[in-house]
Amino acid sequence: MNQLDKELLTMIQKDFPIVERPYKYIANELQLTEKEVINRIKNLKEEGIIRRLGGVFDSRKLGYYSTLCAIKVPKEDLDEVATIINKIPGVTHNYLRNHQYNMWFTLIGPSEEYIQETLEEIKRKSGIEDLMNLPSKNFFKVEVKFNLMEV
Amino acid sequence: MEITALDKKIIKALQEDLPLSEEPFREIANTLQIDEKELLNKIQYYIDEGIIRRFGAVIRHRKTGFTANAMVVWKADPDKTKEIGKKMAEFPEVSHCYERPVYPEWPYNLFTMVHGRSKQDCYEIAQRIGETVDIHEYSLLFSSEELKKTSMKYFMDEN
Repeated sequence: MNQLDKELLTMIQKDFPIVERPYKYIANELQLTEKEVINRIKNLKEEGIIRRLGGVFDSRKLGYYSTLCAIKVPKEDLDEVATIINKIPGVTHNYLRNHQYNMWFTLIGPSEEYIQETLEEIKRKSGIEDLMNLPSKNFFKVEVKFNLMEV
Repeated sequence: MEITALDKKIIKALQEDLPLSEEPFREIANTLQIDEKELLNKIQYYIDEGIIRRFGAVIRHRKTGFTANAMVVWKADPDKTKEIGKKMAEFPEVSHCYERPVYPEWPYNLFTMVHGRSKQDCYEIAQRIGETVDIHEYSLLFSSEELKKTSMKYFMDEN
């Protein structure tokens, strides 16, 4: 990734232009051609740096519920439990972390009942009772944009 | 806002990958059989209303140099979580800051995601935050493996 790619990424992470020719608009800002912008974005996708280009939605405003969960999984069962959890479409993130609650995942669903039922299902299928449901009570910040120029 | 059938159709399209053609929104509009102007207005409206939190590139930070991130969990005075949470949110290294419930085995009620260039960096950031808000009971949870990371697909069981 060179300086120009970083500049491009910094710009299109948040201020992607909602206009008829967005890549041309970006090109004008960065003094590139429309084709160059399209090709650079294509490369950044192929390199796996850009996961997706599109809308990131506020699940609550769409009437969805979300939560963070932590589960205590015995080491020998990690693969099996990960498979059970990752198969659920509403599980968007899942990480192993250095704690006795070692598997942390986020779950999004259309209702609180869906969340409850899904967590019960995870407990039943994994045989693990020790699962914490940690829905947010207050949120103070959600911001995923980074200024890549500082990297 | 009430979400109409048309909104759902548009949202389903916008949660996919934007085409890399010269007129990507026209392409989507054509598929949805709506006017391109209407689509652009809708997207702007969703952004203004906060329904779209942001529109643009979703990147894999692990590949960009922000290599270390820690979930830092804090044991804050339950009566002061709002005040403390706001202070924590002011740190540029903090990307997410939430209050969550506690459990018998889990005394931490504030959660922050902290980003740095190394684990050591994250420890130092957490220490600075801790000193600022005067909390000394906290813990850093580093991820040792990413098992899944995707974007949520909404309204998939609806037409």
